[in-house]
Amino acid sequence: MAESTPSPLGGSPAVASGGALTVDVGRLMSERLGLSQSDLITRPTGRAVREAIEACTADASGGSVALVELSGVRVMDFSCADEVVARLLLRGQDSSRSAMRYFIFRGREHLHGHAVAEVLSRRGLAAACAFGGRPFHPVGEVSDGQRAVWHALEERRSIALGDATTLLGPGGRARLVRICEMRLAHLGSGGQVTALSRVGRGGGDGAVRSPSSPDADSASRSRASRESLDLGRSPRRGAS
Amino acid sequence: MRVVEVPRSLDYRTVESLHAAVGQGDQLPTLFDARRIEWIDPNGMLALLAAGTVAGMGGTLPRISLPERSEVLGYLNRMGFARAARGIFSPPPPGDGRRQSHRASDVLLEITPVTTNSDVHQVVDRVQSRAGAILAQTLRYPAHAVVRFSVILSEVCQNIIEHADAPGWVAAQAYNWSRRLGRHVAVIAVCDLGRGFSASLAEEHAQRFGGRWGDAAALEAAFLHGYTRFRDAGRGQGIQQIRRQVARWDGLLSIRSGTARIADAPAWSQSPRMLENLPAFPGAQINIVLPGLRDG
Repeated sequence: MAESTPSPLGGSPAVASGGALTVDVGRLMSERLGLSQSDLITRPTGRAVREAIEACTADASGGSVALVELSGVRVMDFSCADEVVARLLLRGQDSSRSAMRYFIFRGREHLHGHAVAEVLSRRGLAAACAFGGRPFHPVGEVSDGQRAVWHALEERRSIALGDATTLLGPGGRARLVRICEMRLAHLGSGGQVTALSRVGRGGGDGAVRSPSSPDADSASRSRASRESLDLGRSPRRGAS
Repeated sequence: MRVVEVPRSLDYRTVESLHAAVGQGDQLPTLFDARRIEWIDPNGMLALLAAGTVAGMGGTLPRISLPERSEVLGYLNRMGFARAARGIFSPPPPGDGRRQSHRASDVLLEITPVTTNSDVHQVVDRVQSRAGAILAQTLRYPAHAVVRFSVILSEVCQNIIEHADAPGWVAAQAYNWSRRLGRHVAVIAVCDLGRGFSASLAEEHAQRFGGRWGDAAALEAAFLHGYTRFRDAGRGQGIQQIRRQVARWDGLLSIRSGTARIADAPAWSQSPRMLENLPAFPGAQINIVLPGLRDG
């Protein structure tokens, strides 16, 4: 059952479930920022949305991965994508600023994915994203080799650094370390690299779980919260 | 009294005569004689508003004689010219100041002042609710084009707020360019009377251009290289992304600022990459022409 996460802003567009916290940006904009249309445009709007997301995730107790749900967003321009997505990642890398160190992004509109990819590439950043019904995959400044390692890690759930060359081939260890540095995977203190889909679940058999679409009622939200977000394989059920 | 004769056809190719007439810094009472206008596009309308504003900076608001042709006058009304011209011309052009009905017109966006970020939200909201049908039926663009179109508008309007430090206007309209191009086009015009690209970028970038720095170099810096006055690596994407999208649609994009104009010109356009030594005019004007897709 999904549970609402208390937030300094009040209300509950942020929902924790399992090891993940989902922040529904469409609801956040309408319920907390009072915007009548969910258009992610202009830098001031982007700043307000990012700060609201940071407020939602600052007190999160559900783990260290946040799913930023953009399916309720109608238009997203590049300036706002930079303010929301790129800066969220930049600031999320600072552990003193945010307890939520990993962000993943999802949306229905593939054009939004294009904007996200552009702003991430410009800043040399990367994130796991699922737009337009595609499965989650690394977007932004990611090489083909790093992308392949990310998918292999998601398939295996976790890989010990010591096994990386054997499992991933020559250069696999360096790529594995690099995707951890890029916040596309989690490197534990014991040298165990955990796929994002397992982060917050202690590397066990749980998955990052997904609350529902922005306009779903609580019943469907509960149903959706039990849906596994297998980042490396399947697209989100019902995504268009 | 200075009389500025407005060209019969007033669009992005002919607005220079207005800039030349009022950009000289004198403060003569001015009459804009627009009676013989036969054709005007959003660039022409915004240029009239800008020229009128400059002419009135001496303290005496200019007069305007409106077009005699009823269809041109009707079109100006549909685009909200009278409402936008209040406070610029005296007496103000007649009009009830209300927004027009757009049920049967190809007005994508009537003349809209852009002063704050909430204006940008309003622009995108109006276009989202209105432009989809025109883009799809008249220009034959795919359904999702309205989102891309909105992003273009959002980015060009933000350019006014973030770089001009002055108010501006935006307008957009669909036309049938049957003789010029054999297709319909969408024209987006953006205009401000701010400090222009050269002044906006000078502090951060003039030194690296040395003696070359000026209006043309500033336009090259922003247009070709994505430089902005901000040091943040995430800035400067707007114009670059607009260039890419306009090129995908085989469109024309030009920016005029100060004494220069730079353009990405498709094969169907005769616009040169750079024009220099144009009449000095404050602020910046952005012109985008997007041709419709061909049948089949």
